[in-house]
Amino acid sequence: MCDSCGCNITPGNQHLPQAGEAVEVLQGLLAENDHQAQHNRAHFDGHQVLTINLMSSPGSGKTALLEATIAQLKNRYRIAVIEGDLETENDAERIRAQGVAAIQITTGSACHLDAHMVHDALHKIDLDGIDLLFIENVGNLVCPASFDLGQHLNITLLSTTEGDDKPAKYPLIFRAADLVLLNKVDLLPLLDDFDPSKAEQNLRNLASDAPMLSLSARKGQGMSAWFDWLEKTLAQQLNNSPEVATVAHHHSHHG
Amino acid sequence: MHELSVCQGLLRQLVPWVEQHQGPLIQVRVRIGPLAGVEPGLLQAAFAIARQGTVAAQAELLIEHSPLRVRCNECEIESKVTANDLRCRHCGYQQTQLISGDELLLVSIQFSKESQHV
Repeated sequence: MCDSCGCNITPGNQHLPQAGEAVEVLQGLLAENDHQAQHNRAHFDGHQVLTINLMSSPGSGKTALLEATIAQLKNRYRIAVIEGDLETENDAERIRAQGVAAIQITTGSACHLDAHMVHDALHKIDLDGIDLLFIENVGNLVCPASFDLGQHLNITLLSTTEGDDKPAKYPLIFRAADLVLLNKVDLLPLLDDFDPSKAEQNLRNLASDAPMLSLSARKGQGMSAWFDWLEKTLAQQLNNSPEVATVAHHHSHHG
Repeated sequence: MHELSVCQGLLRQLVPWVEQHQGPLIQVRVRIGPLAGVEPGLLQAAFAIARQGTVAAQAELLIEHSPLRVRCNECEIESKVTANDLRCRHCGYQQTQLISGDELLLVSIQFSKESQHV
């Protein structure tokens, strides 16, 4: 029994709180989602699957990054992808063309994935048959940051065409990142207003020590550092799943 | 605009509490920090729509704001900061721990003295 969910109220004592008095609850407003997220995480841990939530604004290159990553790693790791979009199966089809399973969640008007949507999608994936699951969240720098899906790690992608002040404008989603990928760096010579060191400073101002890697998924530039990070993280999950699982708790809400 | 989803979750969360108490629910108090990812004005607007036909149909939403404060990993002094600059205000150190400001909390609920039960 606890003091937070109401389980301490029994038929014997329920008359005690007097009508008219304030009843203290002190429970997270996303308790329902967080509970489902814990359940999802237990599934992933039970099947030794590393799950990564990929977030960015629309058009930053999330799907292109996944295409290049799958092409490189699919012979060594078994990979699946959950795709979140308001409409269309386009991204899932691009992933399937790489020869791996992709489940498309179309959210309709919802601007983010939540733990329940991911749980429904998990019923269509054989978790025993995979090592690595990517969840490509809905392209949006605001809402996805608030919903734990049960992932082990968050990656936030920032592309050079978006502006180097994005971490300052959207602190929540960049603070949540365990790794920040700066994509489309092949375009830097054409963009006189994007300074990668400013982008990194804006990230550091959020008290984040997440590594920031520069790459171009389309041109294959800087990809080896990203693959190294991913393979190191995968090895950790396979050898020591509880340790990886605690990383995500670091980002849970106060209170 | 995920405030509506947050609101719908809140309303479901209220149901077991309302079932355990007498009298209509008249007030729901929540606490929101600047780094909670929820816009208080939008939450208020979403609540006014979402409460219709629920256990909170007659309830007002009261929003408490929590301050954004960090503790420095280096000098251990606490400072009041802003959402996009969490560095220590005393020594400028980059690594700090958030001690308040990301709360998204259902604090308390209040029922009317006027009982529904006879």
